[in-house]
Amino acid sequence: MKIIADTGKCVGAGQCVLTEPSLFDQSEEDGTVIVLDDQPQGDLVEKAREAVHVCPSQALSLQE
Amino acid sequence: MTAVHEFPMTRTCPFAPPSAYTEIREEEPVTRVRLPEGKQAWVVSRHEDVRTVLNDRRFSADRQHPDFPQLVPGFRRPDDERTMITMDAPEHGPARRAVLGEFTVRRMEALRPRIQEIVDERIDALLAGPKPGDLVETLSLPVPSLVICEMLGVPYADHGFFQTHTAKLIKRDTPPAERRAAVEAVRDYMSDLIAGKEDNPPDDLLGRQIVKLREEGTYRRPALAALGFLLLAAGHETTANMISLGTVGLLENPDQLAIVKNDPGKTLDAIEELLRYFTIVDAATARLCVEDAEVGGQLIRAGEGVLALGYAANRDESAFENPDALDIERGARHHVAFGFGPHQCLGQNLARMELQIVFDTLFRRIPGLRLAAPVDDLPFKDDANIYGLYRLPVTW
Repeated sequence: MKIIADTGKCVGAGQCVLTEPSLFDQSEEDGTVIVLDDQPQGDLVEKAREAVHVCPSQALSLQE
Repeated sequence: MTAVHEFPMTRTCPFAPPSAYTEIREEEPVTRVRLPEGKQAWVVSRHEDVRTVLNDRRFSADRQHPDFPQLVPGFRRPDDERTMITMDAPEHGPARRAVLGEFTVRRMEALRPRIQEIVDERIDALLAGPKPGDLVETLSLPVPSLVICEMLGVPYADHGFFQTHTAKLIKRDTPPAERRAAVEAVRDYMSDLIAGKEDNPPDDLLGRQIVKLREEGTYRRPALAALGFLLLAAGHETTANMISLGTVGLLENPDQLAIVKNDPGKTLDAIEELLRYFTIVDAATARLCVEDAEVGGQLIRAGEGVLALGYAANRDESAFENPDALDIERGARHHVAFGFGPHQCLGQNLARMELQIVFDTLFRRIPGLRLAAPVDDLPFKDDANIYGLYRLPVTW
């Protein structure tokens, strides 16, 4: 699985960072998403799915 | 087809949406309503449809447009006083990103120690004051107000002035002339305050915006004053009401309160559930359809207004099992209490931080906290576009 982030769509709500700070961070400059680990393993796979589900701008997707 | 409902609708129970919301969602989930000025608009009530409308470019947030569905009589603001909330793509993204860095999860975490100090001082004041005390006056309003003032660089000493004016803007029955005067008073105040920061911009949000926008060559005082106004108003009226209602919600559901008291790790889950359960900003998420679109099987035409009913969506059983129960362990993070799409609340992580510290500290320091009046006697804001409480008598 690979996490794809579209920073053009990202609105910086921070929902992904709240979901799993080891996978996601936000740019200090403009608040948009930074993927820290785009190939999550184990329990983090479920966290990645949750982040996709709660993202308000559908900026995150998963390549299975 | 049933009769056209009048909108907005009033809550008859502080813990439930207007009963017509349920009827609409179950029987005709996308339906027409009549707005106060006589125009009709669509309401969208299902969770999935609300998320669709709020995250689709065919629905515009331009509330300056003459066809935009207004809940209170609007008036056109000068173009240089527009803020991100009225903008659409591609204009909206850059405007939001200019200030977004101030509201990241990391930045909010850095505020934690100072917010904790403020909350402790306010709880000291509550404990030192009379019994019963008013939670709204001593805690709910001052905490977010002090925090947003410090962030922006607005003197807290002026809070009486801007709280009086923003309260008028939130009440539905404020006469248009008075509404306009309130907007202009706060705008002028903010403009003067910003003018005073221009020579030597201080290290606060407004000062940093001056520096940043000047570097980009886009600094305009009226636009920054409008942004400052928006952040100031949004920064205290909303969280204040969630502090009060959340406290009532937990006190009225002792089994749920016990979960939080036993495990502070559950407080964030409790906050998401309380946000869903009360959905205090409900019909503010209005949009104007600018290109024909089908939503939930209903064709909505360009030029028609749409109200995305967050409270109906947040009680949709296809998204939340047993939706009328307060259940902090349900996993409610997909609620739309902060809206959805590109305009989703900018300050949501500030609100979460404030609510987390308030609830953790309040119930830890005053474990015997209880309401000093029956719930039915509490003055709920039935006449306002942001739901909440005018006063909340508590004792311990």
